[in-house]
Amino acid sequence: MALPSYASPLERIWHWSYLVICGLIFFFLIAPIIIIIPLSFNAEPYFTFTDAMLEFRPEGYSLQWYDELMTFGMGQPEAPRDASWLADMWANAKWVNAAKNSIIIGICSTLLATVLGTLAALGLSRPEMPFRRIIMATLISPMIVPLIITATGLFFFYSSACVPQGSWAYRLFGVFLSNSGCVANTYLGVILAHATLGIPFVIITVTATLIGFDQSLNRAAASLGAGPRRTFFKITMPLILPGIISGALFAFVTSFDEVVVVLFIAGPEQQTVPRQMWTGIREQISPAILAVATLLVLFSIALLTTVELLRRRSERIRGVTPS
Amino acid sequence: MATALDPHAAIAAKAGGLDDGVLRTADGQRLDRALARSSRAARRRAFFLVAPLLAFIVITFIIPIGQMLYRSVHNDGFSANMPQISAWFAENPVGTDPGEDAYAALSADLLASAEARTIGVVGTRINYEMSGTRSLFTSTGRQVRRGIEPPYREALLGINDDWGDPELWGAMRNVSTPYTDGFYLASIDRTRNAEGKIVQVEEHRRVYIMLFLRTLWLSALITGLTFLLGFPVAHLLATLPMRRSNLLMILVLLPFWTSLLVRTTSWMVLLQQQGVVNDILVWLGVIDDQGRLQMIYNQMGTIIAMTHILLPFMILPLYSVMRTINPSYVRAARSLGATSWTAFRRVYFPQTLPGLGAGALLVFILAVGYYITPALVGGSSGQLISNMIAEHMTGTLNWSMAAALAAILLGGVLILYWIYDRLVGIDNLKLG
Repeated sequence: MALPSYASPLERIWHWSYLVICGLIFFFLIAPIIIIIPLSFNAEPYFTFTDAMLEFRPEGYSLQWYDELMTFGMGQPEAPRDASWLADMWANAKWVNAAKNSIIIGICSTLLATVLGTLAALGLSRPEMPFRRIIMATLISPMIVPLIITATGLFFFYSSACVPQGSWAYRLFGVFLSNSGCVANTYLGVILAHATLGIPFVIITVTATLIGFDQSLNRAAASLGAGPRRTFFKITMPLILPGIISGALFAFVTSFDEVVVVLFIAGPEQQTVPRQMWTGIREQISPAILAVATLLVLFSIALLTTVELLRRRSERIRGVTPS
Repeated sequence: MATALDPHAAIAAKAGGLDDGVLRTADGQRLDRALARSSRAARRRAFFLVAPLLAFIVITFIIPIGQMLYRSVHNDGFSANMPQISAWFAENPVGTDPGEDAYAALSADLLASAEARTIGVVGTRINYEMSGTRSLFTSTGRQVRRGIEPPYREALLGINDDWGDPELWGAMRNVSTPYTDGFYLASIDRTRNAEGKIVQVEEHRRVYIMLFLRTLWLSALITGLTFLLGFPVAHLLATLPMRRSNLLMILVLLPFWTSLLVRTTSWMVLLQQQGVVNDILVWLGVIDDQGRLQMIYNQMGTIIAMTHILLPFMILPLYSVMRTINPSYVRAARSLGATSWTAFRRVYFPQTLPGLGAGALLVFILAVGYYITPALVGGSSGQLISNMIAEHMTGTLNWSMAAALAAILLGGVLILYWIYDRLVGIDNLKLG
């Protein structure tokens, strides 16, 4: 990108203005995400910088909105902070509960999506796979179809997916179903839906890893007497693990960030963090939202770092020089 | 074996003691069959790996969407609860004046439906076709239960004049079958009038075409904006040395990984009238304190926030294509006398088209279906068709209408998806 020494003045001007333009676009990309971090420490319930904050006076800053995250919805938020306060928070604080739900749903749906998606990616990457293109298109489609359509479809489906109470199916699966025996308003429903939405990401990342996978390694293992299962766990799996993990992370983030489907199919029990944010923003927006947003930004930084490390590791394993 | 061209085959055939001109494996089976069998087995093994997921997706995704599509053409709220008048409509063609027999059938149905407490369902269904008629059904149902005497025509007209309205009879005819194209007609602001002709609805109810057009227009605009903003950035990232570009790449990937709601929230915080952007503009003296700009809860809010959210989806495909462009082509063009603009326009830009196509299609597909961001920052002028689907699902509870709108949107998206698969190939979709 360096300017050649023979560049004309006009080219120089253009070059520098080009860099400035790019800088502004980078600013546009990143500023909205960074700006909420200091704002979340605002001592006043405003969404802009107060004079005290701009002058860096300590009284302009406060942790009250983070404190509110832990106390919102509790029976006695002002009680002395002892064991009973903690128990109250764990049981009643809405944001804490939402975080618990998000994590449970995220982990379950990620496990489901990763296992099914990895198996399918292994099958899809075999050269003898029949109808490869159309099956791939079908499996990726949950990512392409607008969420509102998926949510609408699932709403109808789940509210009609019921088993009569007292039947053998109810005795078997009853714990996963709602009181009326339906999939609607249950953890099961949300987990299945989120797994569906996460699967395309697993397939895409694992397939991408498998493209660089040397099939002769599998043949070598087989020629040395390893069975298919042993070959998979000893040879294939360790090599494609970075791809699997980053696919799983994508699936987890998809679930962790998903709100449209949850709004349609979840009951009050399955309040997740995005849904709680949605309610918070729609009803009366309090700076506590900014505290949540800040925590989520830190979370995404951690995820980004993990994925980047995995990518480098995967390239190193495959013999590509890491950049 | 005179015709055998392959000497090995000849030897193998002789060794096997078989001399019928067919290649065989060591254990004496026909080679072509053995090959076919083993490739069949390999195909089956590959398919078995995919089968669980395929079944899962079919059950949790394809069937629900199919069910939704079914609901967009099937609504028996009227026909199931009003069998006699539905039968009368089936027997008598459009244009028949409803006589005493029709009114008798109608009264009997109204009575049965009111007794079974399904008159509300019936009224709701007909209300979709002709607003304001729900109460006509429920109130008439109450009166019919108290008992009415023949002649039914006079009796019903005595209860309410509207029962003689040909519009109402046209609407009842439209809903007298369980399968209907009425919701699709309504999705394009059309309806069937009393004579059964397709006409536009009244001017003040024409919203759907406007919303579809607005969705298309805003999505195209946002795609254009992401292109304008994404192209220079992708170009810079692709031409910088790897180490520096990786550092800058974080600035693109961090928004990509950040929650949608977080980004929407921060735009709400930034753009509101007492927000940071307005504060800065006031401080700079660009606007005065009274003239704070309304940048959110309107179309502008939707455009700004969605451009920001979708920008990484444009940059990443553009970047991965630009990385592979050989810089010596541009140098060659320059050395042959092209100005830098000509070299860019004629040599560099055409090579970026695959990435541009991929990015533009992806951004457009995602933008067309957006719901959350317009709902939060769009106000009333920034709502897209998705918001109307949600409104019918949770507000008016006209689920068939929601399904019909969703089906049209789905059709559009699937066409785009098909084009994307053709041009780019879904296998080439890259993440991060």
